[in-house]
Amino acid sequence: MEKDFIKEKEISACAVFGIMHQTKQKLSGELIIRAIEIMHERSNGMGGGFAAYGIYPEFEDFWCFHLIYESENGKKVTEEYLEKNFIIEYQEEIPTCRTEKIKVSPLLERYFLKARKNKIITTEEDYIVSNVMFINSKIPDAFVASSGKNMGIFKGVGYPEDIARFFKLEEYSAYIWTAHGRFPTNSAAWWGGAHPFGILDWSVVHNGEISSYDINRRYLENYSYKCSCFTDTEVIAYLIDLLGRRHNLTFEEISNVLSAPFWNDIERECPEKKEYFTKLRIIYSSALLNGPFAIIVANKDTIFGLNDRIKLRPLVGATADDILYISSEECAIYEICKNPEKIWRTKSGEPIIGRLKK
Amino acid sequence: MKKQEIIDAKNLHYKILNEKIIEAVKSGADEIILNNINGQRYIAAGLKDDARIIVNGVPGNDLGAFMDGPKIIVNSNAQDVIGNTMNNGKIIVHGSCGDITGYGMRAGQIYIKGNAGYRIGIHLKSYKNLLPVIIIGGSVGDFFGEYMGGGALFVLGLNNNDVKIVGNYIGTGMHAGVIYIRGSVQKYQLGKEVGFAELNENDVALFDKYLKDYCDIFDIDYQKLTAEKFTKLIPVSHRPYGKIYAY
Repeated sequence: MEKDFIKEKEISACAVFGIMHQTKQKLSGELIIRAIEIMHERSNGMGGGFAAYGIYPEFEDFWCFHLIYESENGKKVTEEYLEKNFIIEYQEEIPTCRTEKIKVSPLLERYFLKARKNKIITTEEDYIVSNVMFINSKIPDAFVASSGKNMGIFKGVGYPEDIARFFKLEEYSAYIWTAHGRFPTNSAAWWGGAHPFGILDWSVVHNGEISSYDINRRYLENYSYKCSCFTDTEVIAYLIDLLGRRHNLTFEEISNVLSAPFWNDIERECPEKKEYFTKLRIIYSSALLNGPFAIIVANKDTIFGLNDRIKLRPLVGATADDILYISSEECAIYEICKNPEKIWRTKSGEPIIGRLKK
Repeated sequence: MKKQEIIDAKNLHYKILNEKIIEAVKSGADEIILNNINGQRYIAAGLKDDARIIVNGVPGNDLGAFMDGPKIIVNSNAQDVIGNTMNNGKIIVHGSCGDITGYGMRAGQIYIKGNAGYRIGIHLKSYKNLLPVIIIGGSVGDFFGEYMGGGALFVLGLNNNDVKIVGNYIGTGMHAGVIYIRGSVQKYQLGKEVGFAELNENDVALFDKYLKDYCDIFDIDYQKLTAEKFTKLIPVSHRPYGKIYAY
């Protein structure tokens, strides 16, 4: 049975924030909470979320699934399914603390898993993706929020700072954090629909609206990705997985696909570049993201910020002491870093890329 | 005698901050200093007075929105939508600013020392003797003067001669007003609704009034600056979309 998915998209003025320690030192959750909280006015309490990398070192070789269940039955069915396809090393309820602001929540559970090797047909990563797709599209009341190693996504309905306190994120430390404050105006607010969106160790936070959602969604279906979270941002997560992992494109190339240069700009390039951009645009025409966006994408060793082609959403980058900051607003950076070495605003289609230093 | 008020804005929500500003203005303050500002939106929004407001820290979006008269001095960078639909007054930023500066502004001046983002001066408009003026010292992004319906925009490209000082789609949808760019721009950078024009004595008068004022504030040699070449852009039609709606 397919779940009954409504095709909806989101128009929003959200807040995004990302921080990476490029020599992999751990940064307290307190920092990211302060940064996202200062941009409170960009959210409306309909969603907040965080991705954190490096938080499960004791289980770093295990796939960590964060599950959101809307019923006991969803949990039961999912656990039977997981048992069949994985060895569950450890599982627990995600620690939370009920607060004045967040009084009710779905069931939240995390699992540390090893894949059953005899079930893997292609790569282990593909196996994980197909299992996540199955749970999200076939099992009622169950959604996988994240499915990477040594990372996790914490999200829900509320202001981001309240969601953070609910998940006690001040007790975690990570070398990459991303955060999102949501302001949805025409799609339902529900826990699974909050940002970040994740698949494997990718996570995406997004401010904006993807008008090309249906084109992208249909394109992704050819590669067995099923969009099931009612929110346009989901296509970005899967596009990044397809382009970055399966097609091995660099982040520079991914930006040239998602925020492709205009044909009349390509026309003015030198012959080599003209050929390169033309090929990318033809091969990946259905992966082009249309509509306003500012996104922050992360995986275990990269953080990546990108704007749409005509820059309809703000994005600021800054660096200080091996830390890279990406934010919707400058004030969020100043809130946690008094003297950035460099602070700059992105140009349309020009990515901010942060990598771990060797 | 000048009356000064100092407000510590640390952790103050913009609503309370603005109430304090209004209170200070009512009590007759001529100069209001805002310390520890970080991200508070709508500072001095709708304020009708000629007070001087000094902002220490990065002000949030919509700085001086709808304001009518005050002079705001920002000693750092500023964010997006400065002077949104501002009616009159002056905003001086000693750093850079974000996108859509002066959105729908009707009169007064916005002077930015550094760079500015995209869509600077979008929907600027003028009326009778009211003329909004925005001057950017560094470079700007695409859609400079988009849908501009009056007023004057300057981009000077100072201190960054190696980069493109203005992006593409300049003056897209523009139907009144004037854009001045130090140096030259390529035809492909222009929106379909604008064309090149020669400078005349009216432009010189405008330079002497506003650009000189800008140079005085930021300590720039006005004579030297105006000895350089400026490109002037004006709309080719005052009703660029007139035919679209003529069924």
